[in-house]
Amino acid sequence: MSSGQTLALGFFIFVLAVFVGFLLISRVPTLLHTPLMSATNFIHGIVLVGALTIAATAHDALGYTVAILAVLLGTLNVVGGWVVTDRMLEMFKGRRKPPSGTSPSNPER
Amino acid sequence: MLPSGLTTLGYTGTVICFMAGVYLLRSPKTALQGNRVAAAGMLLIIGITFGLITGTHNWPLIVPPLVVGAAVGVYAARTVRMTAMPQMVALFNGMGGGAAALVATQDFRSALEAHAATPDITWSIMLGTIIGSLSFAGSMIAFAKLQDLMPGRPILFPFQREINAGLLLAILVLGFIGVFAPDPVQFVVLFVLALALGVLFVVPIGGADMPVIISLLNSFTGLAAAITGFVLNNFVLIVSGALVGASGTILTVAMSRAMNRSLFNVLFSGFGAVAAGAAGAGEEGGTIHPTSVEDVAPLLSLAGLVIIVPGYGLAVSRAQHDLHELTNELERRGVNVEYAIHPVAGRMPGHMNVLLAEADVPYTQLKEMDAVNPDFPRADVAIVVGANDVVNPAARNQQGSPIYGMPILNADQAKTVVVLKRSMAPGFAGVDNPLFYRPNALMLFGDARQSIDQLLAEVKRQ
Repeated sequence: MSSGQTLALGFFIFVLAVFVGFLLISRVPTLLHTPLMSATNFIHGIVLVGALTIAATAHDALGYTVAILAVLLGTLNVVGGWVVTDRMLEMFKGRRKPPSGTSPSNPER
Repeated sequence: MLPSGLTTLGYTGTVICFMAGVYLLRSPKTALQGNRVAAAGMLLIIGITFGLITGTHNWPLIVPPLVVGAAVGVYAARTVRMTAMPQMVALFNGMGGGAAALVATQDFRSALEAHAATPDITWSIMLGTIIGSLSFAGSMIAFAKLQDLMPGRPILFPFQREINAGLLLAILVLGFIGVFAPDPVQFVVLFVLALALGVLFVVPIGGADMPVIISLLNSFTGLAAAITGFVLNNFVLIVSGALVGASGTILTVAMSRAMNRSLFNVLFSGFGAVAAGAAGAGEEGGTIHPTSVEDVAPLLSLAGLVIIVPGYGLAVSRAQHDLHELTNELERRGVNVEYAIHPVAGRMPGHMNVLLAEADVPYTQLKEMDAVNPDFPRADVAIVVGANDVVNPAARNQQGSPIYGMPILNADQAKTVVVLKRSMAPGFAGVDNPLFYRPNALMLFGDARQSIDQLLAEVKRQ
């Protein structure tokens, strides 16, 4: 494929994905908007893939620095974003004990 | 560098996982599962990427930041308080934006080196750099404001609009030049200007507008990820970025609508600083009716329906757990209890729901604005805890008020409104609240948590 065709295909995919994204996300209730934002936050951590790709081919000092930083930021985004979402959604699951450390009050239940 | 068949298949798997994950977020019952499905997709694509770069000698560059990033990420995410969730999200959002800008930078350097910096590549590099660094800098400022590292109030300076507009124009022109005549100096200047714009456009945003700005930055980073997909010819990044961009856009619109303000108005008005001048303009004036725990407790225990309107002040005084105990006690006595959640209660979309879920309040009691407003007229008591602007009737009829037109919770329609408040200080918007002067409004002054604890003790005694 020529680069023009690849670009056009990329736009095609982008537009379809935006459309599907709107359909999927408008179904998420306001109750879950914070976890939704946190989950999509995790999903855009996929730039880590880009960071790994550039890190693999870096071959000078500046390139190394940029690559290390990019991988670090990307990993923080992916891992932190996911764990925090998981923690929040765990709270919506239903009745359970509050996690230790986060609730200084409320000793009895 | 088109991927081979197997790789494409794996990529498709990732896309399906992400889509299914978001689909499962539509119910609290399946949401946890959804997040895990999305994680499977992420592991899959990272595994594939490892496979693709397996020949590299650069593992010493890759493994340490992966390990450190994962460790720090897990630690931060595990220890952050739910009240601090907005700044955590802002921080991770900035990381993603920064990573996208860095990827674009390195790709720019390789393209220049290979004499392959043609417009069909450079456009995505320039755009990725602009949006990525804008999102990074903006998110860092949002983080600093939410974390109280810098003042949360709007910071205004002369010619703010003109400077920001000029900066944006300069960035666009420079980016356009970069597409056709890419050059390292041009690129560095572009990078720096985009960072500067990120700082300057968030600095004048007040605390009350944070839910809008976080949503907007979220959609920016999504867009940056999608453009990285164009840079790398990777359709998974394009799809995921588009998904995030759509989500951020929906939330931005929802938040702006909940405040009855256009995005333009949020970005450029310096709300809060301006509005402070209008304080005290409440037309009703009149007297307030201070009350005591002893008077409120019987109202509560004899009520048929009690609606609680929680605001961020509740979270600040860390009274969610105490409040939940009080409502449990009331329910044991046959009182129905609902929580009325305004869309902008808290510092990010849906924040209040998370804070209450943390306190074990069942999500079935959490009612959104449109669902709960018809219930207020038959409520015996509405308890307003740490909320102000979201129950201000001035939004309905005082055309001059800065919050005029904002959809509010109709707490004033309850038979009795009990307002738990520290003092008579105005809310975020700096607007006087006529509700407090209504004959059916009782003011219970003091720290929210103490008042709730005392109410609980008093209700139990009866």
